[in-house]
Amino acid sequence: MNAQGQIIKVGIADMNIAKAPDKIRTSGLGSCVGVVLYEERSTTVGMVHVMLPDSTLGRSNNINLAKFADTGITAMVEQLKLEGIQPYKLKAKIAGGAQMFQFTSSKDTMRIGPRNIEAVKEYLDKYSIPIVAEDTGGNSGRTIEFDPTTKLLNIRTVNQGVRDI
Amino acid sequence: MMYDSKITSLHLDVLKEIGNIGAAHAATALSTLLNKKIDMKVPKVEMISFDDMMDLAGGPESVVAGIYLRIEGDVTGSMFFVLPVEQANRFIRRLVQDETFNFQTGEVSEIGVSAMQELGNILSGSYLSALSDFTKLKIYPTVPALSVDMVGAIISFGLVELSHISDYVIVIDTAINEEDVPNEESVKGHFLLLPDPESFDAIFRALGVN
Repeated sequence: MNAQGQIIKVGIADMNIAKAPDKIRTSGLGSCVGVVLYEERSTTVGMVHVMLPDSTLGRSNNINLAKFADTGITAMVEQLKLEGIQPYKLKAKIAGGAQMFQFTSSKDTMRIGPRNIEAVKEYLDKYSIPIVAEDTGGNSGRTIEFDPTTKLLNIRTVNQGVRDI
Repeated sequence: MMYDSKITSLHLDVLKEIGNIGAAHAATALSTLLNKKIDMKVPKVEMISFDDMMDLAGGPESVVAGIYLRIEGDVTGSMFFVLPVEQANRFIRRLVQDETFNFQTGEVSEIGVSAMQELGNILSGSYLSALSDFTKLKIYPTVPALSVDMVGAIISFGLVELSHISDYVIVIDTAINEEDVPNEESVKGHFLLLPDPESFDAIFRALGVN
């Protein structure tokens, strides 16, 4: 057992790559969606913390690629390519997209969680990346941690405990 | 746009004063409600990254009772009233006179949740009406919503609107403390006001600063 790894952190609207024995984690996902991309036989994995569905919603000139589902997934696929992982071999596990507050208003911003999930699925589909496991929706915040060795995504919530998918 | 350019120390002082006036009224309301002394810190105004914003309220994973509302009118933005869950428990126990109340147990009593929502309602109402009186700006809060969960999950929701245009946020942060709780236990609650970027001009104009 080589358990000496560190934990690579991914911030909000951020992305990163981890190699075993390190693990990769993002904390406090609410309406944001955490996307893990990996290849079955590689121990190099990527994680993106997506905050918004679509970069065309951005109204700023220098965009942060990791913030949006479309640009974030594309950027991570490219980054993993540089690590020698072919896009067609990639698989995904995703979590997040919760509705943290119950509003009566149906304004679009209030539905940001479900919209993020839809967008992430759409872009994964565009690259033909299958979603192996997901824990999305609901109304709980999640902290997720992926182990590149076991390919398990550990999900911790405040009210519903811990589980692996 | 005002975000990257010309924020001067005078601007920061104006924003601090807003935090001061708003939070002072809210803290007084809280003190009256609970019949106990509430200590308010000097407001901080910072331009920080989203990740730093989470750290402000104890780190993305710390569990809080968060009240969130949108502000509409002459000024738009988001407002949070965030209490560490232990503190929220103490407040609610006192309000509903039920020593067993706990947000972290499986079934949370409805009256406790309702009391927390009302607390949020009263406090944000006093904060914003003081702000409105001071600036003569029309400020309409939406009905506050409550969530007991991780800070990161709660606050990131209020950053969604802003994240369309920026990776930074200007936050007016006022911390409150219970005076009679020993220091190590005295985890802080926060009033966080996040005006939308286009609203800063309106605030400054209303107060005669250019």
